[in-house]
Amino acid sequence: MGEYRKSGKGRVDHSEAVRFSFDGKSYEGLRGDTVASALMANGVHLLGRSFKYHRPRGAVGVGFEEPNALVTVRRGKGRMTPNLRATALEIYNGMEVTSQNRWPNLNFDIGAFNNTFSAFFPAGFYNKTFMWPKSFWDKVYEPFIRNMAGLGPAPTEPDPDVYASTYAHCDVLIVGAGPAGLAAAIAASKKDQRVVLVDENTELGGSLLGATGATIDGKPSEAWLAKTIKDLDKAQNVTVMTRTSAIGFYHDNFVALSERLTDHVPSLKPGQSREKLHRMRAGRVILAQGAIERPLVFNGNDRPGVMLASAAQTYINRYGVGVGKNIACFTAHDSAYQAVFDLADSNIRVAAIVDARKELAADILAQAQSRGIDVITNAVISKTGGKNRIKSIEVYSPDTGTKRQVNCDALLMSGGWTPSLHLWSHSKGSIKWDAATKVYLPDQANENCVCIGACNGDFGIKTALNAGSKAAGGRKSYKVEEADFGQGQIFDQLPNYIAPQKTKAFVDFQNDVTDKDIKLAVREGFKSIEHVKRYTTNGMATDQGKTSNLNALEIASKALGKDAPQVGLTTFRPPYTPTTFGAICGYRTDDLFEVTRKTPIDPWAESQGAVFEPVGIWRRAWYFPKPGEDMHAAVARECKATRDSLGIFDASTLGKIEVVGPDAAKFMNIMYTNPWSKLGVGACRYGLMLREDGYIYDDGVVGRLAEDRFHVTTTTGGAPRVYRHMEDYLQTEFPELEVWLTSTTEQWSVIALNGPNARKLIEPFVEGIDLSPESFPHMAVREGKICGVPTRLFRVSFSGELGFEVNVPAHFGKYVWETLFEAGQKYDITPYGTETMHVLRAEKGFIIVGQDTDGTVTPHDAGMSWIVSKKKKDFVGKRSLQRSDLVAEGRKHLIGLLTDDPNVVLEEGAQIVTDPNQPIPMDMLGHVTSSYWSEALGRSIAMALVRDGFNRMDEELYIPMPGGVNHKAKVVKPMFYDPKGERLNVL
Amino acid sequence: MFLIHCPHCQEDRPEIEFAYAGEAHIVRPGPEQQDAMSDAEWSEFMFIRDNVRGEHCERWWHANGCNMFFNAVRNTVSDKFIKTYKIGHKRPSASQIQKWKDAANG
Ligand SMILES: [Zn+2]
Repeated sequence: MGEYRKSGKGRVDHSEAVRFSFDGKSYEGLRGDTVASALMANGVHLLGRSFKYHRPRGAVGVGFEEPNALVTVRRGKGRMTPNLRATALEIYNGMEVTSQNRWPNLNFDIGAFNNTFSAFFPAGFYNKTFMWPKSFWDKVYEPFIRNMAGLGPAPTEPDPDVYASTYAHCDVLIVGAGPAGLAAAIAASKKDQRVVLVDENTELGGSLLGATGATIDGKPSEAWLAKTIKDLDKAQNVTVMTRTSAIGFYHDNFVALSERLTDHVPSLKPGQSREKLHRMRAGRVILAQGAIERPLVFNGNDRPGVMLASAAQTYINRYGVGVGKNIACFTAHDSAYQAVFDLADSNIRVAAIVDARKELAADILAQAQSRGIDVITNAVISKTGGKNRIKSIEVYSPDTGTKRQVNCDALLMSGGWTPSLHLWSHSKGSIKWDAATKVYLPDQANENCVCIGACNGDFGIKTALNAGSKAAGGRKSYKVEEADFGQGQIFDQLPNYIAPQKTKAFVDFQNDVTDKDIKLAVREGFKSIEHVKRYTTNGMATDQGKTSNLNALEIASKALGKDAPQVGLTTFRPPYTPTTFGAICGYRTDDLFEVTRKTPIDPWAESQGAVFEPVGIWRRAWYFPKPGEDMHAAVARECKATRDSLGIFDASTLGKIEVVGPDAAKFMNIMYTNPWSKLGVGACRYGLMLREDGYIYDDGVVGRLAEDRFHVTTTTGGAPRVYRHMEDYLQTEFPELEVWLTSTTEQWSVIALNGPNARKLIEPFVEGIDLSPESFPHMAVREGKICGVPTRLFRVSFSGELGFEVNVPAHFGKYVWETLFEAGQKYDITPYGTETMHVLRAEKGFIIVGQDTDGTVTPHDAGMSWIVSKKKKDFVGKRSLQRSDLVAEGRKHLIGLLTDDPNVVLEEGAQIVTDPNQPIPMDMLGHVTSSYWSEALGRSIAMALVRDGFNRMDEELYIPMPGGVNHKAKVVKPMFYDPKGERLNVL
Repeated sequence: MFLIHCPHCQEDRPEIEFAYAGEAHIVRPGPEQQDAMSDAEWSEFMFIRDNVRGEHCERWWHANGCNMFFNAVRNTVSDKFIKTYKIGHKRPSASQIQKWKDAANG
């Protein structure tokens, strides 16, 4: 047992020792201890080094508000969590804890030279210094900053843990289980409603765990708490969740709750979830988050052993740990006295209480005197001594100028209390400045939500209990005997005889921001607290300034000569407390990270060793390499086989929309640039869709199956947006049209057969369709059967070869594919992927929307004026096409490029210029959109968007590449293969 | 995450079921009107939006629900929906919006 442990005291289990290690050294704590309480029981206060100056630091707080005591916990491969607060971390047997931000070790740290030279690290130091030359950023400044300033190291191995998540609902959600939250839960439990009570701590009780001695309804507060916990446990309609942080409050009472399930458990079971994120929708939210004590800002206030008075009080009462053997206290609030008395009553010597205020209530003074405690009013601490732990304070009385040294091994401080408005502010509840206590308090609620107890500025147990009961619709008036919470005074500036440049008074411990930094920011012209915050980084650390924001505001508003409300308050943003990425990702990792859409034919492609590529969220076969083939060889073979004989391609991902109804043709006329009324039943037509701004949005082949039925296809990636686009116009602009839209993408498997032998292959399998060219011409659709299953058979071609697209109900897709593939062996049938499909279409100059167009390309720019109806009165995009910018000369046009060297395949995205020797930055004409090796032509081909391209036919342009290579290419029409389209007519 | 009342489903449903669809009550001019409009007027229709601070009429789509587009009045400062209503209803007047607010506040 540690020498600072008080035998039998506190809520820890004195009969159960727990061994853990800190920086490799073994320590003993008790069941119920945190890392901080167990180390303090062993007299260890030095827990880490500060962010910027590497100053030795110990715990300032006792829970989740802790700014200093950040540690790393390792538990085997992949399980390493940095930046955990030692004050909120439960110990278990075998736990491995290490300190952070020190090298080579915690007691001697080389980085502490930052401290010696700290005059060089004022506010905005990084902004001012690490600016120039730019080349220094990567090689000098960034590594320097990363090495010298920082938190714990990021884990490098994959996280083996599972993180759960769930949606949940309740009528009343209560956040915080101190007296206010508990009383609210008890009152709420008496009504017919689902109640959820959450608290980030290990156990319920809140401030009752740290401050003992009150009686509630005639019972000691511990007994009342025990009974209340039992009552809530019995209530069927109440769910109590401990170790659960409410991390964010979103619209309409949607609260994210992060529950820690295994971080305190010594042995992990396989598959057990480490954390669980509850997405809770609550009818009503009761916020009982309490208040956080404010540090005092004085020279040397960051030495290990200097901590909040309430923290020290909790260490003794909850953990049975004395934070020192000879303590001192520096306060400006009455509440600190009770903390000191609790320590004194546990036989800890009190060297002195220094009170910055001039006057002190007589009864408090009397209580101190009865314990023989020396109280020095109207005094401040001007400096502190001690290296890795505080050893002494210098008490300075500004009125008399006297100084006095007092030895101590711990210093309690209290600058008053800050109500916790984090979740309230997330919910967009407004706040108001309370001039009397110099704090912000909740004002108008924006959600069905209320703040009660200390977070509403209502201090004291009785006040909190009664507010809790009332908030939940109860009427209970609690009988409480408790020490008066008292009052305090807020100081924007504590007097000191030492020149400011020789002092270090920290405001934000975690980011090493001092009062001087804030004043400097104001002097340099920052007037809003949001700017001061960003310039000094005050409140920007992982604790979001829980202990520092109001002190910073006080100092800034004084320096600006304005009232605090005029300076503002920084915005609180979720998460309330640092949260693991695991909890946020939940199950969505690895295979579940994103949905992968696969076609019914995908398993066949996989069995054939296809290489896949993602297209949107689809997984598509990219190419089918044979042993020893690289991509280039495979694609060349696939292209050749298709043009020579027969290729088979899975086109199932094509978007499909069924447009049905008496006004279907009218609707198609609106949605596409070309006319549809006269398209015969059984005929197909290529359709081009624009946005209202006149730019190409999508394209695809459309077949008319009946007067009132169109089978529309879209690009693979465009299907959802095209469907939305159609629904939008139908519902909101043309509701009078009788048309129904159905997304049928996944209803059909589509097998594209291309090549001179395509017809011969399917002929024996087709029933009910005359395949002869006369009765089934190019661009036609027929319904019948193939391989015994129903089909919509399209005669279309995206390759320039004789082509069919066999649509069959999705679940027959693989069967029909396999049947055709087997029968195709005699034609050397060759499966091909998306790459070959792209090459074949590029050889024909067919565009890919989104590759050859980019949302700023009109039909004319793409060389497709022929598809824009001149006769139709209206279609989406029509008026925009007449805008002066869209008909202007000198727009970029889609043209073909043939390189001088036929073996050079240009890089897609490469920029194009007229003169490669012009000075940089060059005048860039456009860029290469598509570029491939064409096996059919024995040379490379490319398409490009080039300024005024149509008027540059046969002109020679240059494509300068990194390394000084300049490719030369000639502008041609983007039609490289079979320009007359004769290959479609093969018999 | 909002809870949004779909006027077609008559249910409060979570925001993930919906998609925002821009400002409401911007009527697409018919073909004759389009022809009569100057480029400046057309650009006004196409690109210029009010970006209201306060009560804003906007369109939502119940994409993963009933598939219907509908309109809503939402306060862009408080992020509160005041009312959702079907396409075809005319833009609510200030007094109508006030009535809805009064009714919501009991
Ligand atoms: Zn709906």
